[in-house]
Amino acid sequence: MNFDLSDDQREIKRTARELLTARVRLREHAEAGTYDDALWTELVGLGWPGIGVELGAVELVVLAEELGYALAPVPFLSTAAAALALAGDGRLPDVVGGRTRATVGEKIGSRAGLVADVVDSELVVLLDGDRALLLESPSAVAVETIDSTRRFGSVEANDGTELAIDVAAVRDRIALAVAAESVGVAQRMLEGTVAYAKEREQFGQPIGIHQAVSHRCAQMLLETECARSACLYAAWAADHEPASLPLAASSAKAYASDAGYRVTAAALQLHGGIGFTWEHDLHFFLKRARVNGHLFGSAREHRERVATLICA
Amino acid sequence: MDLTLTDEEQRFRDELREWLAGHHPGPEPSGDEAGFAFRRAWQRTLHEARYAGLSWPAEFGGRGATLIEQAIFNEELTRADAPSPANILGLAMGGPVVIHYGTTEQKERYLDPILSAEEIWCQGFSEPQAGSDLAALRTKAVRHGDEWVVTGQKVWTTFAHNAKWCMLVARTDLEVAKHKGLTYFLMDMEQEGVQVRPLRQITGEAEFNELFLEEARIPHENIVGGEGNGWNVAITTLMHERAGLGFSSAVSVKRSFVELLALCRERGLTDDPVVRQRLAQLHIEVENLRLSALRGLSSQMRTGQPGPEGSLVKWQWAETNQSLTDFAWEVLGADGLAADSEWAYKALRARANSIEGGTTEILKNIIAERMLGLPRAAR
Repeated sequence: MNFDLSDDQREIKRTARELLTARVRLREHAEAGTYDDALWTELVGLGWPGIGVELGAVELVVLAEELGYALAPVPFLSTAAAALALAGDGRLPDVVGGRTRATVGEKIGSRAGLVADVVDSELVVLLDGDRALLLESPSAVAVETIDSTRRFGSVEANDGTELAIDVAAVRDRIALAVAAESVGVAQRMLEGTVAYAKEREQFGQPIGIHQAVSHRCAQMLLETECARSACLYAAWAADHEPASLPLAASSAKAYASDAGYRVTAAALQLHGGIGFTWEHDLHFFLKRARVNGHLFGSAREHRERVATLICA
Repeated sequence: MDLTLTDEEQRFRDELREWLAGHHPGPEPSGDEAGFAFRRAWQRTLHEARYAGLSWPAEFGGRGATLIEQAIFNEELTRADAPSPANILGLAMGGPVVIHYGTTEQKERYLDPILSAEEIWCQGFSEPQAGSDLAALRTKAVRHGDEWVVTGQKVWTTFAHNAKWCMLVARTDLEVAKHKGLTYFLMDMEQEGVQVRPLRQITGEAEFNELFLEEARIPHENIVGGEGNGWNVAITTLMHERAGLGFSSAVSVKRSFVELLALCRERGLTDDPVVRQRLAQLHIEVENLRLSALRGLSSQMRTGQPGPEGSLVKWQWAETNQSLTDFAWEVLGADGLAADSEWAYKALRARANSIEGGTTEILKNIIAERMLGLPRAAR
């Protein structure tokens, strides 16, 4: 029994961190609401979108965390999610190869309200309870959210081709990718806040010397680490112990949804006034955490599922 | 990353389960003395099967078990509702410290009676004026020929009334900086200079004691780790305490959660949406505690020593156990307020969790300084 990442998984993390740190121009794309096409082409070339299908859920979670950490302006989540939904489909190579743009949304009634990258997609898979419907060339309407680092749209649909897939397992894996992104967001905010607390001086000493500040940083660490453990465990269950996946995935998504927002909110507080300015990048992370908390099930919804599973 | 048990780990668990099924001593009798005798007998049974001091190297009577095997052991004992061994401080702290710092003579003298529970150990660290600030302790030891004469007061001394040996940290040099003048002794509790007084807690029981030392005598050869090295030896002891705590505490919180769930079911509360949200959140936190303990074990296996991550686990355990028992109180209403309510006992006892073995405030300091590298506050 061993909770450490394998050498290969660690290598994925290291490579992703280095590449994204060097290449992501967050401010430019977040201001314009655009993606970095050149970077995306490169990531597709490296095989990133298909990682959850080709390697496994743990690798997907490891990589998604890094994309969240960098807030990379690329349609990774939508494409990786589509790859999971179309794993056994003939269209998979075109999706992971970047030739066919695809995404996954959650349908309530006849509408899927907040679907990442649906406006630019040729294929959309809509999860509807225990069914999954595939739509080609959906007519989508752009939706502007608080998170300008990701492009959203809504789609109305009453038909589509039903896919014969394990919908719950696909939804759980996608939810884990979203949760892992939020872990990365929290990690980035933790590091930034600790660095700031060491460097920012008031009353002639760094603010991090005060326990009101340092203890809140410790709380950020605790929540970030717990969210990461929960995601890794659920991802491991997805690959090796599928019977444990529903409970583990909902636990991870519920916890990471809350932790992602709480940690970014704490980061804002500890930065003081500068953290409230548009000029500081912090708000992009806070908004991503808030929107991620909603995607593929909110904390409250996942806790309700946890309750159903444990009270059964 | 692999959370399945290896064949060897699985074999260890199966053997242990089978052994437990045949040797479980039944429920513990009530009453302090009867209970202690029962746990002492249980430890002898464990020792005969070489399950006491599992982690100790084989040459000292243990099995050299891996951390995972120790975790499995704790998990299985808790699952089987087996009692704790009587000499828990000797097994978890005293033995490992003697193995790490002790002389050959000390190893020969002390280790075997720890395993067999023939000699019980207690820990004399904290003092009324030295709690979190352990290095401020004032108990003084003065050398007279081959003996040290000790005067002072210790507090929160678990098992003192049953103990033969006390792991005592005392000040032996007043001239040097406060954590440099300390020495770690093994003190015989059976002498006139040592008075033990039980300390009554908010639960009404007395797990802890006060220790009054009035010219107590310790032979020079009972120093562990060398004169003036007491701080380092004490820190090693505390790290062992925190590391050992993680996994078994996670398992016992899990058991409490299962009981709480049953309680909510009994009372027909599992359809209440507010209760459902709270139960789910508690499940998540109980599970997170287990995962943190597991990650702590993996990192300890990689680095070879318990790290500051143990502080995270201890903090999480206290918080989770407190919110769990507080919620049980909420669910029980007036029934939970009865003087003999089992949940009232648990909830009151849980209040100590964020103090014993390092207060949550001190743990946050450790995390901020040692894991995050934040500046050290003046103290």
